[in-house]
Amino acid sequence: MSDVIIGLEVHCQLNKLNSKLFCGCSTRQQGLEPNVMTCPVCLGLPGALPVINKKAVEYAIMVGLALNCKIAEHTQFYRKNYYYPDLPRGFQITQYDYPIAFDGVLTVDTDGEERPIRIRRVHMEEDPGRLVHQGSIETSKFVLVDYNRSGMPLLEVVTEPDLRSPKEARRFINKLRNILEYLDVFDGSLEGALRVDANVSLKGGARVEIKNISSYKGVERALLFEISRQQNMRRRGIRVVQETRHYDDERNCTITLRTKEQAEEYRYYPEPDLVPLAVKSWESELKGRLPELPDAKRERFKRQYGISDSHAKVLTAEIRVANYYERVAERCDPRMAATWVADYLKGELNYRDRDIRDAFPPEKMVYILEQLSNGTITDKGAVEVIRALLDEGGDPKDIILARNLAKVETDITRAAVAEVLKENQAAIMDYKAGKAQAFNYLVGMVMKKTGGRADPAEVNLLLRESLECT
Amino acid sequence: MPGQYEESLHKTFDRIKRSRLNAYITLNVEDAIKTAKAVDEGRVTGRLAGVPVAVKDCITTKGLLTTCGSKILSGYVPPFDAEVVARLKREGAVIVGKTNMDEFAMGTSTESSYYGPTRNPWDLSRVPGGSSGGSGAAVAGLECRMALGTDTGGSVRCPASFCGIVGIKPTYGLVSRYGVVAYANSLEQVGPMARNVSDAALLLDVIAGHDPKDSTSVDTADKVSYVNYLIDDVKGLKIGVPKEYFGEGTDKRVENAVWSAIMRLNKLGADYREVSLPHTKYALAAYYIIAMCEASSNLARFDGLRYGLRTGKDENWHTTFSRIRAEGFGEEVKRRIMLGTYALSEGYYGKYYLKALKVRTLIKQDFDKAFKDVDILAAPTMPFPAFRIGEHVDDPLSMYMADVNTVPVNLAGVPSISVPCGFAGNLPIGIQFIGGLFDEPKLIRTAYTFELNTDFQKLPEGF
Ligand SMILES: [Zn+2]
Repeated sequence: MSDVIIGLEVHCQLNKLNSKLFCGCSTRQQGLEPNVMTCPVCLGLPGALPVINKKAVEYAIMVGLALNCKIAEHTQFYRKNYYYPDLPRGFQITQYDYPIAFDGVLTVDTDGEERPIRIRRVHMEEDPGRLVHQGSIETSKFVLVDYNRSGMPLLEVVTEPDLRSPKEARRFINKLRNILEYLDVFDGSLEGALRVDANVSLKGGARVEIKNISSYKGVERALLFEISRQQNMRRRGIRVVQETRHYDDERNCTITLRTKEQAEEYRYYPEPDLVPLAVKSWESELKGRLPELPDAKRERFKRQYGISDSHAKVLTAEIRVANYYERVAERCDPRMAATWVADYLKGELNYRDRDIRDAFPPEKMVYILEQLSNGTITDKGAVEVIRALLDEGGDPKDIILARNLAKVETDITRAAVAEVLKENQAAIMDYKAGKAQAFNYLVGMVMKKTGGRADPAEVNLLLRESLECT
Repeated sequence: MPGQYEESLHKTFDRIKRSRLNAYITLNVEDAIKTAKAVDEGRVTGRLAGVPVAVKDCITTKGLLTTCGSKILSGYVPPFDAEVVARLKREGAVIVGKTNMDEFAMGTSTESSYYGPTRNPWDLSRVPGGSSGGSGAAVAGLECRMALGTDTGGSVRCPASFCGIVGIKPTYGLVSRYGVVAYANSLEQVGPMARNVSDAALLLDVIAGHDPKDSTSVDTADKVSYVNYLIDDVKGLKIGVPKEYFGEGTDKRVENAVWSAIMRLNKLGADYREVSLPHTKYALAAYYIIAMCEASSNLARFDGLRYGLRTGKDENWHTTFSRIRAEGFGEEVKRRIMLGTYALSEGYYGKYYLKALKVRTLIKQDFDKAFKDVDILAAPTMPFPAFRIGEHVDDPLSMYMADVNTVPVNLAGVPSISVPCGFAGNLPIGIQFIGGLFDEPKLIRTAYTFELNTDFQKLPEGF
C-alpha cells in the first residue's frame, strides 16, 4: 500500500475538564436525561455570551507541547457559520487562523521503524448537540435534539498527509490517545470521546474526506474500505472524484455525503465575543507542569529497572500500564515483573480485549510473583492464577489452594517419573534410538500424572538422569 | 393608601396608557408596582430606589417578554436577566417596561419595529430617531425617568438628539453586554438615556463596571464614580472641532446651533480649534460592512426551533427554518443578513470584511492622533433634526447616511455623549462630545457645565 496517502483530523473530547468550553455546565453527562446539563450560554439563548474555560486552554497548550508543536503568540476563536438543528447559535465557535499550537511531530512505530508524522495544528472547538433519531435516519419522521453535549470542549489534532497505511493511522491514534492520557486531559474509554475525519488518496488521485469515524477500530476499517474502493475504481479505469464521504460503522462502508461542487461555505470570521489570548506567555509555566511522557519514561525504565527496550516500550505505551508495572516492580524483581506484566498480563488482557483498569490490583500480581520466586507455584500455575483472576476474580491465595496449583515435592515428581518410565517402554526405545520427540512425550506424561504441578525444569532433569541410568 | 413611589408609578402607567407615542412594546405593570411598594415600605433601597427606568427590548429581562422589535421573537420570555438589568434591580430601580426599537436595532428611526413606529413627542408626525427610539420617546415624554438604550452606530445618541435628551455611548468594554441580544457585537454598548446629565451619569454609574460573564468587558483596577464629575467647570479644556463632521447634507440650523454651543463653552473658559479626522469619509461604508457581517452571524440562531416564532406545519429542517425566518424577519433585517452573508463569503471576505477592518484601524488612529492635541471633540450628533415618519423608508441608503457622525465613534470604541444644544423650529438639536477611551469623566463634566449654563433642557409642548 505504498502509494496510499492519509491525513487525519482527530477530535478528542477534553472530558477530564469539570466544565464545558464556554460555560459552567458540567462535562459529566453519561446517563443524564436529555437537555438537563444546559444553560443560556450552551443553548445559545439571545444575549448569552461565551467565556473561555482557562483550564481548557492550558490543556490544549500542554497537548501542543507534548506533540512537539510551536505555541502561538496569540490565539483567536472564529465562528464557523452553518445551519443545523444541533447548533443552537447557527455557528460553531472553533479556531481557524491562529490555532493554539502548530508545526509539531509525533513519531509512530511502523513495524520496527520509527516514522515522524508531522502535526499541522492543534486547536480548540466546541461540540454541537446530539441528534437522536427515532429508529434509523431513513425511517425517522422527526429528530430529537439533546444539547447536553453542546459546548463540550474538543481538541482537534490535524496531521499532515504523512500516514501511509490504515495500520499506521491506527497506531498514530493509539499513540495520540496514550499521550493525552499521560497528560491526564482525556479519558479515551468514554463513549464519544474520540471522533476522526480522514483524508485519503492514492498517489496522483483525488482526495476523499471520510467523516464520522467514531471508534478506534473504525479508523482502520474505514480506511481499508475506502482504499480498496479507490483501488478498484482505478483498476477499472474510473476516476476518483474529490468528495466528502460518510463512514457507516454498522455496514462498514463509506457513502457520498457531498461532492466538491456542493462544498459548504462556512464564512469563517473572528468571534467578536472572545478576545485573542496571548498564549505564548503561558508556555514556560505549563512546560514545567508537563508530566513525564512515554519516550522519557521508556528510557528511565530501561535505566532504573534494567529491563529490555521492547519491554520498556510495551510498559510505557499506556500510562496505566506503566503505573501498574511500577507498583509491582517496587516490591519484586523488576525484570521478572516486566516479563509478567508486559508479556503475560498484557497478553491475557489483549486476548480478552480488556483494559488494564479491568485487571486485578498490582498487589495481587506481587503475591503471584512472590509465590513464583519462592518456588510455591510454577510458571504454568502463575498463568493459571492470572487467568482465573481475570475471568472470575477472587484472591490468588485461594485460587492456588482451590486449584491445587502448589508445586509438588521432588519425591512425588521422582515417583511419577519412575511410573511413567515403567509404563512407556516403547518410548524409551524410541528415545534410545535417537527420536527427540519421545523425550517430549515422556515429559508430557509426567506433567499429566502430576496434574501439571511439577516444575517442568525438574521433570526434564529427573527424566534425563533416569534415562541415562536405564 | 399607596406610598409616594407607588402612587407616582400609577400616574406613569396612566400616562403611558393614554399616550400616542407607542414607546413601549411590553409593560411590566405587576412587577413594577410590587417593587415600588417595596421601596415605599423600605424593603428595597439603592441608588435608583423607586426610580422608573425603561429598558430597550433587545436587553433580556427574566420573565418579561423580549422581542427586539421582531416578529421572530414572538412570545420569547428569557429565563435570565441581562447584567445591566440585574444591576438596575440591585439598586432598587423599578422596571417600567420594554421599549420599542428598530427591529434588532437596525435603523435610525424606530419605524422598522414589528410593533409599529414610535412617535416623537416634539412632533407626533416625526420619528424619535433610532434604534432606541422607544427609550428616547419614553424619557422625553415623561413615561419613565431614565432608560437604557443600546448604541451600535448611534442608536442611543440619535434618539437623544431627536428627542432633546441626554444619551451616552460608553467606551466599548465599560458596560457588560451579557444579555444584550447582539446585532453587531464588536460595536455595541448599552448606554444611559435621561432628561439631564446628572441622571445619565447616575445611570452610567449603576451599569458600568467589569462583568466576568462578558469577555470583552474591561477589568479596570478602580471603579470610577461618574456622579463625582458633575462639575461646573471647563476652564482650560481643549475642544477639537472635526471639520469632516459638518459635511454636505448638514442642516444649517444644526451647524449654527453646534457652533454656538462651542462658543458658549469657549466663553466659559474652554479653548477650541478645528481638527481633522481624515478617514471619516470611509466610516459609513466600513461600519455597514462590519455590522452587516456580524448581524448575519448573530441572527443565525433565530430558527424557530427552540424559542420564538413557530408557525405552519413542520417539514424538513431546511424548509422549516427558512420559512420561519422568511416570515419572522422584516425587510431591513433581511437586507442586512443577505448583504452580510455575501460580504463574508469566500472570495469577498478580503475585499469587504478585511478591508473594513483596516478602515476601522485607520479611524481609531484618526482619534488617537486628534486626542494628542485636544481633550475632547465636539460635533453635531445628527446632521439634521428628526425627519417625518415614512420620509426615508423606501430609500435605505439615505437612512444610512444619517449615521455619518455617529458610526466613527463605534468603530473606534470611544465614548460619546449627546446633549441638547438648540432647536430647529420646535425640533431639538443635539451636540455630541467625543472622548478618548474611558474619558467618560471629561465628557460628563463638559456636558454638565454646558447644561448648567444654557437653557436647552426643555419638555416638549404639552408634557
Ligand atoms: Zn452551559
